Amino acid sequence: MGLGTFILVSVIKIVIALIVLLTAVAYTVWLERKVVGHIQNRWGPTRVGPFGLLQPLADGVKFIFKEDLLPPHVYKPLYIAAPIIALIFALTSISVIPIGNWITVFGIHTPLEITDVNIGLLIVLGITSLGVYGVALAGWSSNSKYSLLGGLRASAQMVSYEISLGLSLVGVLILAGSFSLRDIVDAQAGTFWGFIPRWNIFQGQIVAFFIYLMAAYAETNRIPFDLPEAETELVAGYHTEYSAMKFAMFFMAEYANMITVACLATLLFLGGWHGPHRIGPPFVQAILPVFWFVAKVFAFLFLYIWVRGTLPRFRYDQLMAFGWKFLLPLAIANLIITALIVALRA
Amino acid sequence: MLHLIVFSVFGLVCVAGAVNLLAQRHPINSALSLVVVMGSLAVEYLLLGAEFVAAVQVIVYAGAIMVLFVFVIMLLNAGEEDRTKGSRVAMLFGIPGMLIGSVLVAWVLLEHSGTGNVAVGALPGPPKVIGWLLFHDFLLPFEVTSVLVLIAIMGAVVLASHPGPTQQDKREG
Repeated sequence: MGLGTFILVSVIKIVIALIVLLTAVAYTVWLERKVVGHIQNRWGPTRVGPFGLLQPLADGVKFIFKEDLLPPHVYKPLYIAAPIIALIFALTSISVIPIGNWITVFGIHTPLEITDVNIGLLIVLGITSLGVYGVALAGWSSNSKYSLLGGLRASAQMVSYEISLGLSLVGVLILAGSFSLRDIVDAQAGTFWGFIPRWNIFQGQIVAFFIYLMAAYAETNRIPFDLPEAETELVAGYHTEYSAMKFAMFFMAEYANMITVACLATLLFLGGWHGPHRIGPPFVQAILPVFWFVAKVFAFLFLYIWVRGTLPRFRYDQLMAFGWKFLLPLAIANLIITALIVALRA
Repeated sequence: MLHLIVFSVFGLVCVAGAVNLLAQRHPINSALSLVVVMGSLAVEYLLLGAEFVAAVQVIVYAGAIMVLFVFVIMLLNAGEEDRTKGSRVAMLFGIPGMLIGSVLVAWVLLEHSGTGNVAVGALPGPPKVIGWLLFHDFLLPFEVTSVLVLIAIMGAVVLASHPGPTQQDKREG
């Protein structure tokens, strides 16, 4: 592949990935409003389009045409930069996430992701760990009590839960022996005794999966860990002073992060794009892996929303105690046991 | 060629970030400049073929340690620093001394260590190789370092805990 072809293919893939991701973000918001509505015995959005399906579009138009207020007391450079930082890192992390096998289109053999790197998992972790700056700086630069408290809570919470999150992934890494997301998925191909898939969650990493689940909820500031934006105590937390598109950027970042977390869970624990794919004509067989991947991501996102509709919020000291005194020791124990089993088997 | 250009650009970004760190008056701007320095260093590592070190640099330094720096600055609500004229001695001897020192170090490294140029990928970069080096060839230094870090953590805990009588003791006494 020449340099020109490479750049063209990369640009096309980036554009497609961005469009798909932004659409997914918009419709995750719609899904959340619908599902939470039904959980609370309401209808959710119904007016714009059939089943309210055009609601995200209407919201987008509204955000663009709203007045963009710039409060006089803020620290301007960082106030403007914060939502941009949050959104950039949230969107970038999707670049190394594979959604299927290699495909050949018009004679060009390319992986179904923007780029295939051998340290994919570390890159995702690195980029998402930088995303906290958007929230922290928004809270600080707004120069208001509620925003500052929200920003402080967010940075403390994210740094604390990142440790458990990282440790919960090490077990999977030991089983796969690679940082490449593609290798990790390939290590989960096949079945036990012909019917149980060899997903990591069935290979003894079920505890790690639940640690990941809880740490991921905390990392993305979602209920029951949404202390940084706890409405009843902090008005809206770190984005209290934001309006119009800047406010929308924080929300897009949050939902994009949710999707990244769901993709990572699918790749690391739920077997990625592997599924019963020996059905149908060849064309369907080629598309099926992507379908399985999207279905698993959707299931994970649905779980996210379900939890939001079910659980109350933690108290802040409970959150910290839970992270440091329960999740972290559990993650270390899981790591040691996994390492021992792998070492004894070898 | 492209490689060299990218390397030089990020080298310049790194130095510019470091200078900006000193020039800024507000601590939070200085902290963010340090994040830029860390980030561009990570890119330099990546260009040298040490992808694992680059990723760890971003995760640990930019993603965790600097977040804590920013956290502390936010928590203390530190304001802008006053700019002092600085001491004349530092201006007269410090800057030339620093320049001479860095040129000397660079010269010694280039001329007398026999390193020369390094090809991309010539040094151990993949995680497996680094893990092997850490846990076989350099096991003792690695473990000693971890004990050192443990001592530092214990020291921090001792310093942070309340030394005097607790609230309850006071009430009873």
